[in-house]
Amino acid sequence: MHSKTNKSPISLKLAAYGGLLFLHIPMAFIFLYAFTTEQRSYQFPPPGLTLKWFERAWDRPDVWRAIELSLQVAALSTLIALILGTLAAFALSRARFFGRETFSMLLVLPIALPGIITGLSLRAGYHAADIPFGFWTIVIGHATFCIVVVYNNAVARLRRTSANLIEASMDLGADGFQTFRYILLPNLGSALLAGGMLAFALSFDEVIVTTFTAGQQTTLPIWMYQELIRPRDRPVTNVVALIIVAVTTIPILVAYYLTMENEDVDGGGK
Amino acid sequence: MNNSTVMNAGILRRASTWLYINPRYFLAVLLLPPLIWLGVIYLGALLNLLAQSFFRLDEFSGQVIHEIGLSNFINLFHIANIDIILRTVSMAILVTMGCAFIAFPIAYYMARYTSGKTRALFYLAVMLPLWSSYLVRVYAWKLILAKEGVIGWIFYSLGLESVLNWILEIPLIGGPSLSFSRLGTFIVFVYIWVPFMILPIQAAIERIPKSFLEASADLGAKPHQTFWRVIFPLALPGIAAGSIFTFSLTLGDYIIPGIIGNSTMYIGQVVYMHQGTAGNLPFAAAFSVVPIIIIGIYLALAKRMGAFDAL
Repeated sequence: MHSKTNKSPISLKLAAYGGLLFLHIPMAFIFLYAFTTEQRSYQFPPPGLTLKWFERAWDRPDVWRAIELSLQVAALSTLIALILGTLAAFALSRARFFGRETFSMLLVLPIALPGIITGLSLRAGYHAADIPFGFWTIVIGHATFCIVVVYNNAVARLRRTSANLIEASMDLGADGFQTFRYILLPNLGSALLAGGMLAFALSFDEVIVTTFTAGQQTTLPIWMYQELIRPRDRPVTNVVALIIVAVTTIPILVAYYLTMENEDVDGGGK
Repeated sequence: MNNSTVMNAGILRRASTWLYINPRYFLAVLLLPPLIWLGVIYLGALLNLLAQSFFRLDEFSGQVIHEIGLSNFINLFHIANIDIILRTVSMAILVTMGCAFIAFPIAYYMARYTSGKTRALFYLAVMLPLWSSYLVRVYAWKLILAKEGVIGWIFYSLGLESVLNWILEIPLIGGPSLSFSRLGTFIVFVYIWVPFMILPIQAAIERIPKSFLEASADLGAKPHQTFWRVIFPLALPGIAAGSIFTFSLTLGDYIIPGIIGNSTMYIGQVVYMHQGTAGNLPFAAAFSVVPIIIIGIYLALAKRMGAFDAL
């Protein structure tokens, strides 16, 4: 690490903080407009502030159904991604085998290709296999692009977990499962939690793949997308936007703090 | 660990020991579930899509005819489709440049002048928009760019309405209001994809050894010479790496130009439309091959610039 003794030019500092403001100020308007009394246009400044839209959103069964569906989809996709991503991380972290590079490519592909291609292929695939669109078709789509998120977090931690720990555990008489349960899992725990949180946020928020894989179901982002195409109830849309921000921001913050600590190699012994 | 659990775990223990001394089988057990999921479901779906692109739609019955042919790919060269492809690619290039322009100072400042708490703040400020609320962040700009929204209000309050109107009257980028103009589409694309550009550039600058900068200064270079001759060339692979994301994401997006912009079409929208209302899956599939090929070419170019070392 280089020392930070030199001072930055003021123009650079302005451009950097200006860039951060550009990234974040627009979100302030989402917050502001959830309280505006104006319901037909996007008038600024708002003519008045009110809390009544929260009440109206609260009474909307379609919003509740969408929230419920999004939570279920995100939870299940995260669970599947946790299992498959962890398995993939164990397989790829130490072993060298034929096709290893291809396999890691395959893991990244669902997120590297534009969402529209992933979505369209899954749609065409379900169609070809005569699978009716519904809850599970959404979950399969989400889990597919969530695997890599869990994998990335798990594999980074496994690389930093010394092989000595595993050998020591085996030498002391633990079998494979005990070593997994008592050595690897506690070590991996926070990385998996972080990966799971990110996968959850990613799934809860996803709209592109979902439009292709959902049948009649409306997830919260789909609900919001329909409102953006044909606005029916702007005040409720503004409140829903705020809900989406809250539900996706919190897991990301948690994931961030989980991966911040524990930077040194566990069992590295140096 | 007491004795009974050890006894109960007898079979498990033998199984795990067997797996440990037969690492090939152990690997197979680990690898099989994710491999089946991604290799069969996902790759199968992708290959099926590719196969679909060679079929064609019977114009009278609306049924897909399962015969291999190149008619969809020939149709891609129709002037209207070429127009859409060129528009999307030039938008992707401009957006990538816009992202690099905004991302560079942030990444540079982050890598060279922050540490501890400030660094954590920068990191979080970049991570949050990267991971969250894509649709909501697009919506935020609908509020901001609307005729009666905050940007219009700022121009009005400063008495600069004529300037805004002048911008909106520029052919190609203008429109009835910013939220229905191509300029608006561009701004929102840049806003949404900027975070993907920042982290690769920051990582590239971080990796420049301090001795390089000292050597440059010792040899008499002024700070701006060190920047342009040493730092910037070494940051280029980072820009190339970030541009892979901004370019490919812009190429495939159909939501942003549908919500913010005049109603000219982009590749993503055409794919979406053909599979949906038009029900012409083969043509949608063929059109979705276009961004894959363009991204392939782009990746080959980016690789030459060392983008993959900076990822």
